[in-house]
Amino acid sequence: MKNYDLVIIGGGPAGLAAAVSARDHGIESILILERDRELGGILNQCIHNGFGLHTFKEELTGPEYADRFIRQVKDRAIEYKLHTMVMDIARTDGSADKRVTAMNRTDGMFEIRAKAVILAMGCRERARGALNIPGYRPAGIYSAGTAQRLVNMEGYLPGREVVILGSGDIGLIMARRMTLEGARVKVVAELMPYSGGLKRNIVQCLNDFDIPLKLSHTVIDIEGKKRVEAVTIAEVGPDRRPVPGTEERYTCDTLLLSCGLIPENELSQNAGVVLNPVTSGPVVNDGFETNAEGVFACGNVLHVHDLVDYVSEEAASAGKSAALYLQKGAAGDTKTIEISPQNGVRYTVPCFIRPNQMEENLTVRFRVGAVYRNSSIATYFGDQLISRRKRPVMAPGEMEQVTLTRSKLNEFPDLERITIRIEENEERKAGKTE
Amino acid sequence: MKKELTCIGCPLGCTVIVTLDGDTISGVTGNTCPKGDAYARKEVTNPTRIVTSTVRVSGGAAPMINVKTASDIPKGKIFDCIDAIRDLVVPAPVSIGDVLLADAAGTGVAIVAAGNVAAQPDSPQNTASGA
Repeated sequence: MKNYDLVIIGGGPAGLAAAVSARDHGIESILILERDRELGGILNQCIHNGFGLHTFKEELTGPEYADRFIRQVKDRAIEYKLHTMVMDIARTDGSADKRVTAMNRTDGMFEIRAKAVILAMGCRERARGALNIPGYRPAGIYSAGTAQRLVNMEGYLPGREVVILGSGDIGLIMARRMTLEGARVKVVAELMPYSGGLKRNIVQCLNDFDIPLKLSHTVIDIEGKKRVEAVTIAEVGPDRRPVPGTEERYTCDTLLLSCGLIPENELSQNAGVVLNPVTSGPVVNDGFETNAEGVFACGNVLHVHDLVDYVSEEAASAGKSAALYLQKGAAGDTKTIEISPQNGVRYTVPCFIRPNQMEENLTVRFRVGAVYRNSSIATYFGDQLISRRKRPVMAPGEMEQVTLTRSKLNEFPDLERITIRIEENEERKAGKTE
Repeated sequence: MKKELTCIGCPLGCTVIVTLDGDTISGVTGNTCPKGDAYARKEVTNPTRIVTSTVRVSGGAAPMINVKTASDIPKGKIFDCIDAIRDLVVPAPVSIGDVLLADAAGTGVAIVAAGNVAAQPDSPQNTASGA
């Protein structure tokens, strides 16, 4: 069995940034395990631009953004294995080390003993089977990401006449991409009354090409025995059930599904990692460590991001934190403070913080459960209001954040709970003081 | 004439209305910040986009290379630009920044590689001819 200090599972943006950071914080023995034919993960099929605005102050394509990090990994001569599938992460007897079982065509099945593991497996798309769409099961139904890979990496156009269900960013991006490649995208249907995608993508991927977006609509029938022949969509009421009489039939040969992403945590669960039911990602502390000692998580396996810049940032923190664990061992001090998401805040990452180990500044990220206008993000330490930041608009599709500082927390030695909640802004009346 | 736009400056997504007097803009309303005003004026007079797509590769480790326009081009030229690269085939290896077409559809803007494709060692194109 080979020994490494740190094994990173996944060579996408999260795994790459975590590896670079761990090496820069003094860890020599690192191995990245990647199942695809190259490093870079999903960025390799995201050929549109707009990546890296925060990190590099320029708009890069996905492969260009990935290349910046792949170079950093190669410059540091960090070891990696491609075409390698991790099968299991298990405890070893009598130590906190982990036994990682993996396989590939050259090494066969093999085991690695790791002092620490970073989970960076990313997420996968919600497939038709998870959506309960009625109708036949012909060819021509793809997840938007599968179509993206076929068009952008393999050079195949999956269809000519397309209906898209779901207005997440991948769906919007594919509406434009298929149009540019000569397909006709007839409609994008979205179950919710708002789009899950970025405004920029609605304008530049749909409006630019006169592709209609139908909010509060869903697919109620798929026709065709061998290949998709038509799709029927209908409006849904507030209960998200189809409204009779609103059906519209579109002849098409392809249906793309862009209906959400799910962190891929089967390995984590086998390793005994506790997941947050809201995100389907691990419950982590401020150092991105899970409940399993020496097992860290970052990127889309932790919670689904809309900006890769934030993935890189979080992954760098996870890499640093893993390095610290490898150098100093588990912290003896186990004091933690829970972060409680309330009133519109669906979850937070991290879920709890260690006031005596955390960095001076900690970014807590979260999503809201609905569209909020003229509201504020309020943070409470116990019952005391600490900060209240006005946000003209918040939507589930855009991740929000709050910064906590260690020095402020230290003013509250007996604090047990931090609450983050959405509060409506009250119009200030003349003469009234708050 | 009035034109209605959605501002993409931030998640607010203001509906901005531009009033046109012939070719001159006589008013911009609906925006909440100066960014919206600037965006709307540019969108109405000279909308531009960066175009990203793919080009076929011969003798490469992958069949496609992703490309982009080196800078933004007029929005009305998007399809001309795509047509200009549709039948283009470039030999591997291709690296980020390589110019694959000097002038895309008369825009004066180059098409550059925005990814890397290595040469496939056993491809006939890359095998030494024995000369």
